[in-house]
Amino acid sequence: MTGTRAVVVEREMPFPPEKIWRALTQPHLIAEWLMKNDFAPAVDHRFKLTGDWGSVDCRVVTVEPNRMLSYTWNAMGLESVVTWTLTPTGAGTHLRMEQEGFRKDQAQAFHGAMFGWQKFFTSLEQVLGRTE
Amino acid sequence: MPNAHDMLFRTLADPTRRAIFERLCREGEQTVGALTARAKISQPAVSKHLRMLKQAKLVRDRHEGRQTHYSAQLGALAPLLDWTGRMTGFWQSRFDDLEDLLKRMDQ
Repeated sequence: MTGTRAVVVEREMPFPPEKIWRALTQPHLIAEWLMKNDFAPAVDHRFKLTGDWGSVDCRVVTVEPNRMLSYTWNAMGLESVVTWTLTPTGAGTHLRMEQEGFRKDQAQAFHGAMFGWQKFFTSLEQVLGRTE
Repeated sequence: MPNAHDMLFRTLADPTRRAIFERLCREGEQTVGALTARAKISQPAVSKHLRMLKQAKLVRDRHEGRQTHYSAQLGALAPLLDWTGRMTGFWQSRFDDLEDLLKRMDQ
């Protein structure tokens, strides 16, 4: 149960790459969709993402404005790299996130699973709240 | 532990049982009476589902006076959740929030 794997999430966004880039790189905007942070778009800058459950240690690896951003993502013993790729399309931007290069560990996976389910139910609640 | 996996899958495959489990996850500990009041099935049927959920270790019961309170045991789901699936869910949810933010942002 060890090895390197990758998680890929992609979505067509009806917004220009420049706008998405701002949301991915400005700390007060990152805080709105990901976590509180002290991010700066500079290679080798070290920053922390802080959630209710703990924090993620990160280091900026690549900054290509409006095109590509990557940073390391180390949390609960899981070491990975998160890479964002922005590709302009006729209607907006194809946004791709790839997280890769972690080692699986059962204990960490367990804690992470609990976090994952909490997030899932939080989102579910928000959705339910909106539809009522 | 293939048998434990089988039991988890079998237990959660039933939509009524899954709905009871999801309600306990969302709303926390509840009595059989409270669960029955909002289900479209009888109390004995709810109790039967709870027994099966308990066998699969998905719920825990706690007796207080004449009442039995049931709560969800999310840890029982751990074997079903690998890192990849879990992080995919995490990022999809972040993408949703990012998209909401982009809608609110000025050009």
